[in-house]
Amino acid sequence: MRIGLFATCLGDTLFPEAVKSTAVLLARLGHDVVFPPDQTCCGQMHVNTGYQREPVPLVRRFAEQFGDASIDAVVMPSGSCAGSVRHQHEIIAERYGDAALRAGVSTVKAKTYELSEFLVDVLGVSRVGAYFPHRVTYHPTCHSLRMLRVGDKPLKLLRAVEGIDLVELPEADSCCGFGGTFALKNAETSTAMLQDKMRNIAATDAAVCTAGDSSCLMHIGGGLSRIRSGTRTLHLAQILGSTRTAPYALTEAAR
Amino acid sequence: MSTFLGMPATPPRSPYGTGNLRGDRKFPKAAHDELRNEQLRRNLGKATRTIRTKRLGVTGELPDWEQLRDAGSAIKTDTMNRLPELLEQLEQKVTEHGGTVHWARDGAEANEIVARLVRATGSSDVIKVKSMATQEIGLNEHLESIGITPYETDLAELIVQLADDKPSHILVPAIHRNRDEIRQIFLDEIPGVDPDLDNVPAHLAAAARAYLREKFMTTKVAVSGANFGIAETGTLSVVESEGNGRMCLTLPDTLITVMGIEKVLPRYQDLEVFLQLLPRSSTGERMNPYTSMWTGVTPGDGPQDFHLVLLDNGRTAALADTIGREALNCIRCSACLNVCPVYERTGGHAYGSTYPGPIGAVLTPQLAGMDAAEDDPNSSLPYASSLCGACFDACPVKIDIPSMLVELRHQHTEQSGTTAEKLAMKAAAGVMKRPKLFAAAQKAAALGRIAGGRDGTISHLPAPLSGWSDSRDTPAPPKQTFRSWLASAEGAATMSAAAEEGARHTADDHEEDR
Repeated sequence: MRIGLFATCLGDTLFPEAVKSTAVLLARLGHDVVFPPDQTCCGQMHVNTGYQREPVPLVRRFAEQFGDASIDAVVMPSGSCAGSVRHQHEIIAERYGDAALRAGVSTVKAKTYELSEFLVDVLGVSRVGAYFPHRVTYHPTCHSLRMLRVGDKPLKLLRAVEGIDLVELPEADSCCGFGGTFALKNAETSTAMLQDKMRNIAATDAAVCTAGDSSCLMHIGGGLSRIRSGTRTLHLAQILGSTRTAPYALTEAAR
Repeated sequence: MSTFLGMPATPPRSPYGTGNLRGDRKFPKAAHDELRNEQLRRNLGKATRTIRTKRLGVTGELPDWEQLRDAGSAIKTDTMNRLPELLEQLEQKVTEHGGTVHWARDGAEANEIVARLVRATGSSDVIKVKSMATQEIGLNEHLESIGITPYETDLAELIVQLADDKPSHILVPAIHRNRDEIRQIFLDEIPGVDPDLDNVPAHLAAAARAYLREKFMTTKVAVSGANFGIAETGTLSVVESEGNGRMCLTLPDTLITVMGIEKVLPRYQDLEVFLQLLPRSSTGERMNPYTSMWTGVTPGDGPQDFHLVLLDNGRTAALADTIGREALNCIRCSACLNVCPVYERTGGHAYGSTYPGPIGAVLTPQLAGMDAAEDDPNSSLPYASSLCGACFDACPVKIDIPSMLVELRHQHTEQSGTTAEKLAMKAAAGVMKRPKLFAAAQKAAALGRIAGGRDGTISHLPAPLSGWSDSRDTPAPPKQTFRSWLASAEGAATMSAAAEEGARHTADDHEEDR
């Protein structure tokens, strides 16, 4: 398959390791990974904060970059960005776009996937040859869970990882409190939610908390770092990308 | 819809200053205080967790729960699409059965109508059935201001009233109180209560019962709300757990019901859907203990004088809004409150409205407006959500609350003039629509490594990001972005090695297939 990789603005800029793992993983599985060079951002932050005119050019750019018929699927290591492409781009195009944009958006929407659903639903694989001999707990991010309905697909992938000690996170499906600009506009409520999430993570005694969204992990990881927790955060793609020949070393510095 | 001269340009909103649809502080400020209340946090956490678990148990056991939700949603949507005709039908049927119907444009009008009706009976007291509509319009405060004493008879509403407090939950108004606090409120406020009263729930309930029995037996006028009003028959209905409502609905001579116009249902048979959806979603019970229904007046049985006050108070304004219309489908079950992580931490008072939680964050600005330019507290409500979507999943009539919050945020930014945030959003979009500029901005961000110090984390950020950095470290931007890695020799080598491995795997697979 020819896969268009969308790095997401946050992944490209702040969490490149998660995107690298995604690219390498898809190539390792025998697929042709292309990176349309003029991609930037899906516009989710704008829409969720109440701005719908401003992201019109971003929606248009996304449709242009990934609309090419030679691209069979668009894959991204983010449930919330995939949710934005599937559920918000149409709203923007309908309100402020033209017929061409509406057509482009609906073409791209139909072939857009978050990483775990692409692997399990489209490729039909759950064992990707990963090796990760550490204690791990999984936080299902809200947009993966409720916008995309990825269900237990990430868990299927994790269970098939060689060497992993996967432990269930208590109250897993409650929101971590990130919510984009919610974390700024309602910082104290967001922090209260984060602290409960961190308490549940601590109860698992996991070395790593993983998820399918770098944004939620930035929030949870930022909190864990602040309290000098012994648990770190790592994107799901990085665990799936870790192999016996090139294992992810927990001791290596984050960057 | 045709337009004619003299037609009001905008339907009426709930008026400023009447009722309880607007707090005096914005959500983040109110939440700041509530979050400090450890007792509140513990009470709420325990209560919402309990109801959540119960609800999942009783909805999970119904094989057709999803179809019931679809049916509820469809009936409500149909109702809103032909609300005027259904209301006229309801009025006609209630009148045919000996009731009197009154129309109230807003809370102030409804309060005046009820006050006039109570005065006409000569009674200076009324007993009340728990009712969100009368909370919304501040009826108790209005009656008290003219010398009429309202007595709440729902146990939780009574606790709130005795403590001179405000309800903080649609279904469990005193959810923020524990039994020690309730014991103290009863000792302080109920005349003649046993001074040795302890905090055992049964004893607390007995104290309230003794107090309320006397009110039921002596008060001649009752005021209620309505969960449903059936257009086809003119039947009104109240569902409850305690039976105190039934006492009010049957013992007095005069019954005055205040009903929001969105509570009408087309057919009697529609109750079969809602009487399954409502108790399971709200209290986590298969059926509520008491369902009362009455149609007009019945000679020699129950109240002989029945009045129905149909309340608009911003509902036609919501109806006129394509997205706001969906908020009127709400059946006030409070399932969304009990699953909301924001509500669970801040409690209901932070929302400043009779309707707290996710549905309140949508419904309150719809009914009472949100004047962004005037710094209206209601304009902070659409942002009081992390958009986690748990409310949408829990809603028995499938109201898409997260999408509505996003839409209200959009309406808010469209109303407000130029703000620093708007300029920042425009600037960000301006950079992101130009890939070269975006790449340059990424390079500039990498300079932020300097701020990262030795351990590669940033612990202090300037306003407006300081709210973030108060409780979270931020990783310093890495040396290399993904795209620059991909363009580098290392990136190219890594990707081609992975591709070779992929080609081998694919060949092996073909080998195995053979």
